[in-house]
Amino acid sequence: MVHGEAWTLKEFFTYPNEYIYWTIQIVMYPFMTGLVAGAFVLSSLYHVFGVTQLKGIARFSLVFSFALLPVAMLPLMLHLQQPQRGIEVMMTPHFTSAIAAFGIVFSTYGMIVASELWFVYRKHFVESALRLRAIPQRSVPENLWHLLYSALTLGATDISHEALEADERAVKKLAAAGIPVACFLHGYAGFIFGSVKANALWMTPLMPVIFICSAVVSGIALCILTYILTMEIRKVLAARRRREYLELPSTEELKSAELHVVTMTTKYLVMFLVAAITLELLDLIFRGYTAMKSWDILRSVIYERDFVNIFVIQYGLGNLVPFIIFLTPGLTIRRALLGTSLVLLGVFMMRWNVVIGGQAFSSSLSGFMHYVLPIWPDSMETAKEGLVGALTVAVVPFCLFYLLNKVMPVFKDTH
Amino acid sequence: MISRRNFCKKSLLVAGGLAILLSALELFDPRRLEAEKGDGKKVRWVFLVDTHKCVGCGFCVKACKIENEVPYDANVTRTWVERYVVTKDGKTHIDSPKGARDGFEDTRIDIGEGKFQEIKNEEISKAFFVPKLCNQCDNPPCVQVCPVGATYQTADGVVLVDRKWCIGCGYCVMGCPYGVRFFHPVYHVAEKCNFCYHRISQGMQTACVDACPFGARKVGNIRDPQDPVTKVITTDRVNVLKEEYGTTPQVFYLGLTKEVK
Repeated sequence: MVHGEAWTLKEFFTYPNEYIYWTIQIVMYPFMTGLVAGAFVLSSLYHVFGVTQLKGIARFSLVFSFALLPVAMLPLMLHLQQPQRGIEVMMTPHFTSAIAAFGIVFSTYGMIVASELWFVYRKHFVESALRLRAIPQRSVPENLWHLLYSALTLGATDISHEALEADERAVKKLAAAGIPVACFLHGYAGFIFGSVKANALWMTPLMPVIFICSAVVSGIALCILTYILTMEIRKVLAARRRREYLELPSTEELKSAELHVVTMTTKYLVMFLVAAITLELLDLIFRGYTAMKSWDILRSVIYERDFVNIFVIQYGLGNLVPFIIFLTPGLTIRRALLGTSLVLLGVFMMRWNVVIGGQAFSSSLSGFMHYVLPIWPDSMETAKEGLVGALTVAVVPFCLFYLLNKVMPVFKDTH
Repeated sequence: MISRRNFCKKSLLVAGGLAILLSALELFDPRRLEAEKGDGKKVRWVFLVDTHKCVGCGFCVKACKIENEVPYDANVTRTWVERYVVTKDGKTHIDSPKGARDGFEDTRIDIGEGKFQEIKNEEISKAFFVPKLCNQCDNPPCVQVCPVGATYQTADGVVLVDRKWCIGCGYCVMGCPYGVRFFHPVYHVAEKCNFCYHRISQGMQTACVDACPFGARKVGNIRDPQDPVTKVITTDRVNVLKEEYGTTPQVFYLGLTKEVK
């Protein structure tokens, strides 16, 4: 079986070698990097621009961005035909290729987020290490925790007022440096598509900008969504624990804090959503107005074959409905939950419509290809590049976030 | 009477002026120019397809698959033949079943998903075959986009793939406007036509050229003015595919019409 044949249906004239080569994992890749970049931008709004209303979610989104980071690489590894050689992109980059920038941008970004996290959590590391060190007879897990925290302090145990202030300054600088790098990380993912001159749908200089805007939208949406979910869990846990520790915040306190953060954050979400939709519509209108050679086939893909995906799910459910939800006064948690889920769906569909939609027509402009998502994995290929692979990529960041939260608690003020 | 100062000035001017002329001679040394114009290379492989001669027998596709060990039954191929049937209502019907490996055994047009379209003979205004293969572009987008440099252009213009280095990302497959690239079903790396580089560099013809019973395919060296292919390209009205992409393709066609995709 030829790679791509398992999920491609061809109609009318396509070149014999044409198949849908970039599948669900390549949809997941910009979606995940978008979440990384968006979550980071959200945390930077507080650290750099001093948007204090976002304080509650800033630390949360920073840790979440770090949890998402390794997952941005996972879909690529699952997609490569020779994953064992994937490291060559970093070792022997061929700089005329947009993908070659991946190693540099990705590792720069990773280092910025990691060092910012270190400065944010240094006090916590030192305190935890000292607390564990004070225990005379440590159990095995306590010993391991002690080792981990001592290592994480990197030997810098000074947590005097001046030292912590210096930390804060460093965080601010790193967050400021991180914004352009985060935008670059995602903008270049857009460039990968936008620069393919062989593909009529992809080739537009707007692609990187559209990608950045929708990335921020999706990142903020996911942060709000995860924030709400974790707060709900915390409410349940708090109700149970409050019987033992009375100093913990009550359910009502948590609830009002949650609503306040969510309302503030959705304002930024709507702003970026407007920018993203404007650019996407501009691109669409421009293509229709200039009506180049490829417009005939693009029109039949956009307005006929992918109509439901583009106009009903992406623009309708994913953009218009959340827009109404967020702008109607008196936002509730439940509505915010629905709105952010729909925004995430919308951004996912935007990636889908770009990646899969861009391969829905032959480069002969005389035929169509249809992607059938492999649901049941009957081979390694359909497992990697099917529903199972995509779900794996979607689940991993939450597992990582759970683990990271053990080391770097995002809601530390409750203890 | 010329003063000493003036004499020095004028003689410097004359010397300078002469120097410019002399350096100009050096700059425009015709022999050097001739050499530089051809960037000093003696070989640049090109291909010539005479669509008038192609009958769509598919011998070239068969020969290519066998020569280059592309699995015979796999639905990918380094070269293929397209059939164009233009009907009187102005519609163009195109197909290439299995890349025309077995020729065109059915008069109906293969429209995919196992469906065929019948076209009556009296409706046809013209019909012809167009063989396709890698254009070995002068400005190859596939080489540009390869993130690890596994695909590269040789000094004599042929684009090759290093099977030991390709990571299989598929960016080159996406970057090629001609759809000549695919993943090799056995090696799982990018695969493409390379003008049978192992043969042409040893003074042989490509497998498809050897297999063509009608001489519709020819490979040649554009740097050699005596090469019959060069003679046709330089004197006859030839065309290339999808010039608008700026790839500068090096497969030249005789009898190419606007219907060809």
